[in-house]
Amino acid sequence: MSAALETRELSIGYRRRRRADVLLARALNLRLERGRLVGLLGANGIGKSTLLRTLAGAQTPLAGQVLLAGAPIGRLSPEARARRLCLVLTKAPRLELMTGYALVALGRHPHTNWLGRLTAADRAAIDWALDAVKARALAAERIAELSDGQRQKLMIARALAQAGDIMLLDEPTAFLDLPRRVQMMQLLQDIARSAKRAILVSTHDLTLALRHCDQLWLMSGDGIASGAPEDLALDGRLGTTFHTEDLRFDADGGAFVLGAKGGAAVHVAGAGKQLRWMRRALERRGFHPADRPSAISIKHSGNGHGACWQLSIGGRSSRHHSIQSLLETLEAEAP
Amino acid sequence: MPQLARVLTLARAGDSPRAAAPSQQFAGAKPLALLGLALLLAALMLASLALGSAAIPLEQIITALLHGVTENSAWSNIVLKFRLPKAATALLAGMALGVSGLLMQTYFRNPLAEPFVLGVSSGAGLGAALVVLGAGGGTGALLAGLGLAGDLLLIAAAGLGAAATMTLVLLVALRVGSPVTLLILGLMFGYFVSAIVSLLLYFAAPERIQAYIHWTFGSFSGVTGTQLPILALIVAAGLLLAAALVKPLNALLLGEPYARSLGLRPTRTRIAIVTSTALLVSAVTAFCGPIAFIGIAAPHISRALLGSADHRLLLPGACMSGGCIALGAALIAELPGNALVLPLNVVTALMGAPVVMLVLLRQARGMPT
Repeated sequence: MSAALETRELSIGYRRRRRADVLLARALNLRLERGRLVGLLGANGIGKSTLLRTLAGAQTPLAGQVLLAGAPIGRLSPEARARRLCLVLTKAPRLELMTGYALVALGRHPHTNWLGRLTAADRAAIDWALDAVKARALAAERIAELSDGQRQKLMIARALAQAGDIMLLDEPTAFLDLPRRVQMMQLLQDIARSAKRAILVSTHDLTLALRHCDQLWLMSGDGIASGAPEDLALDGRLGTTFHTEDLRFDADGGAFVLGAKGGAAVHVAGAGKQLRWMRRALERRGFHPADRPSAISIKHSGNGHGACWQLSIGGRSSRHHSIQSLLETLEAEAP
Repeated sequence: MPQLARVLTLARAGDSPRAAAPSQQFAGAKPLALLGLALLLAALMLASLALGSAAIPLEQIITALLHGVTENSAWSNIVLKFRLPKAATALLAGMALGVSGLLMQTYFRNPLAEPFVLGVSSGAGLGAALVVLGAGGGTGALLAGLGLAGDLLLIAAAGLGAAATMTLVLLVALRVGSPVTLLILGLMFGYFVSAIVSLLLYFAAPERIQAYIHWTFGSFSGVTGTQLPILALIVAAGLLLAAALVKPLNALLLGEPYARSLGLRPTRTRIAIVTSTALLVSAVTAFCGPIAFIGIAAPHISRALLGSADHRLLLPGACMSGGCIALGAALIAELPGNALVLPLNVVTALMGAPVVMLVLLRQARGMPT
């Protein structure tokens, strides 16, 4: 069975008048499968939005093809394309005088007659979409009075009501706060599974993408590396894609850490959350937490209530009841 | 009228936007307002036929309309030859301007957009100016004829100017995809043409300048019974095209990228919107002069009354609001028992602007209007 969306030797970029084309990525062979949530990650300006526009058929590729269930996207009529593929963009429009229901109903456009008259089937699709994003309560509300997160939820419901099996989302969580971002990714993951949609979402939120996506497309100047997030973390490709001077990917912790530049090494002994947070504090201040013994060492000796830290620099040692007090002493006395 | 039938069936559920069941065709809207507008429009139409310098009994007016003859032959003459063409012209012009204003506000996603932003009326103005102020003519007969705005040559010239501009705008719209660019080009074209008109005015004789100014006041009384079918035909064509656009217009509310993703064909839609607007505005400006205000006000009144962004409601709403404003303005401009006839553009703005301001202010405070 062919993938919901597939690219063959696709080159993306811009054609410019009287100047050379801008080539953003070439020879891409990507597959988007039903039932999977795929995260598209990459630095700003690397071409994520261009890729999404090209996959959506809104921009012509410089070379190669985009296939929807095996059919070249350029051969489909706009209506046929809209019945297979839907779009959610970063900013949900602020619409005066429109209810949540009317907004979601716009998603039925590729299926309705010239007047946009809703049939029973259309209404069932709208109700299902509203339930899928748990936004039934927003149906009667005016869009202009909703929060960014609620509006974006309705935009996703609108895309679901459109009923294509491919959903492309361009940084849909960029304007949302952290809890809303987590909810949104969870929602997309659920939809991909339960509604058998092929979902591609571009995001800058690596932590969330690692947790929720079935597959990641890592976009860099060299092209796109795709794979399960865990494979990409283990084989180091995640690290190389996002490596910068003062940021490195910590494959153990599954997150980015500051301070690739080596500060003074500090040996930290301890376990559990105390150890983790102490390491973070040291990294933040430019020290390099190490497992081997070094001139500076920190030992945790908690007794259930209130942590107690012992700091040894050279021969001197001191006891601290907070990380802040320890850091102050460390910075004052470290060589 | 299927539209009206649907409105009537929905009217019961449509009174309160909050309480409305979400799974209805026009969620949260007040479609009942369309019925009110239709009744107001009918009343204003009747008033336009009944009121005038000669007092004619109402039943005689209806008799004249139905049978073409009345007890007093002068009455049927007044009703059928003067009042009816004038009222019909006002109705057509108001509907045309209301609908084209709505098209422009939605397409440019700008509540300040109006039918004239495409520059079509400026083109018509140049055509009119060339005839009134221009080199040719110069005969006493022409000047005498200019006293009436209905001079055939004037209509032809304004129509030609509008048609030429419309062709130009369409050619530009075929190539330029960005609404903002199209908007600015239209405005620039308007400035350019106005400058030519100013130049003509600068070198023209004072009495000709006065004749041109008179044209810019706008008038519904210049269209004769024989010219009326031409106006009606063009306006009908423009309105039908606009009616076929309600679905793309609704999609465009989300912005063009979203509209495309819903299957909208951008170039085809743009050309259709521009063609409809240009047809409507050209016809009205050629026959009635540059009627300001209605085009910008009618869509706002329609939105405020209907409480909806759905063009299936807004289009008939703007159409009827425009008709109401035009008929109302024409009535006020020639109040019976008053020999003085006020310029039409003065009345529309003087009476209409405060009404629209009130409507918008009430809306801004979140009060139901």
